[in-house]
Amino acid sequence: MLSALLMYLKVIFVGGSICMIAQLIVIRTKITPARILVIFLMVGAILGGFGLYNYVVEWAGAGATIPILGFGNSLANGAITAAKTDGLFGALSGGLIAASAGIAVSIGLSYLISFFVNSKTKKD
Amino acid sequence: MNKYARNERYVAYVENKSPKAGWFESLFHAFLMGAAICCLGQMFSDIIRSFYPMMDLLTVGAWINIIVISLTIIMTALGVFDRLAKYGGAGTFIPISGFANSIASCAIEYKKEGLVFGIGSKMFFVAGPVLVNGVAYSLVVGIVYYIISLF
Repeated sequence: MLSALLMYLKVIFVGGSICMIAQLIVIRTKITPARILVIFLMVGAILGGFGLYNYVVEWAGAGATIPILGFGNSLANGAITAAKTDGLFGALSGGLIAASAGIAVSIGLSYLISFFVNSKTKKD
Repeated sequence: MNKYARNERYVAYVENKSPKAGWFESLFHAFLMGAAICCLGQMFSDIIRSFYPMMDLLTVGAWINIIVISLTIIMTALGVFDRLAKYGGAGTFIPISGFANSIASCAIEYKKEGLVFGIGSKMFFVAGPVLVNGVAYSLVVGIVYYIISLF
């Protein structure tokens, strides 16, 4: 019971801190959100490439996998693990295989839902 | 009026009009929203692991991503997510929900421009750079790792 509580405290600490750093960048500089997403993805992929991000994932669970850093990590990590088993073909295909479920669901569901929902004209 | 003076006046006008929530407050909101989304993910991960204890961590991670993405897209369609995003700032777009929301909202927004060049291409207006960069980095990491493992 106590260990579960501790885990949620870690999730809150890591997930919240990552978002707070991003918010700090939004406030203090003029970098747009899309650029910040790409920068964070790059940081995640680099940390994943050196195998460092897996320690964070082990320590903080969803607090590390839910932010976009975790997406970058799963792309890099997937390429490495597939390269270990399947050689060069694994190195080429592994990244997309690891991230494929999330990408497919977000594209497919968005496409389906856009048939049923109309955009509202913005009123201020 | 010359161009530079006009640009300066415009920047001053935008600064004046843009909302000035205290920056400490907005940091706190981002922390709160990010932590809430991650906790939701951890909750789903605990539920899945209690039903399927043998499932490995990577698959559980993929499943919680799928759940968070689906919830985000449904909330975007219902128009709830915009209000959350206004409150949470970076707390809503740094988690995977921001990626899903950018695809869904662009798909809905550009629906009227047609199926192919409307939804089909403009869907990736924000998500495209993320996907392109992500795939490129994963290729580089995979190939570098493969070359190192040869020696």
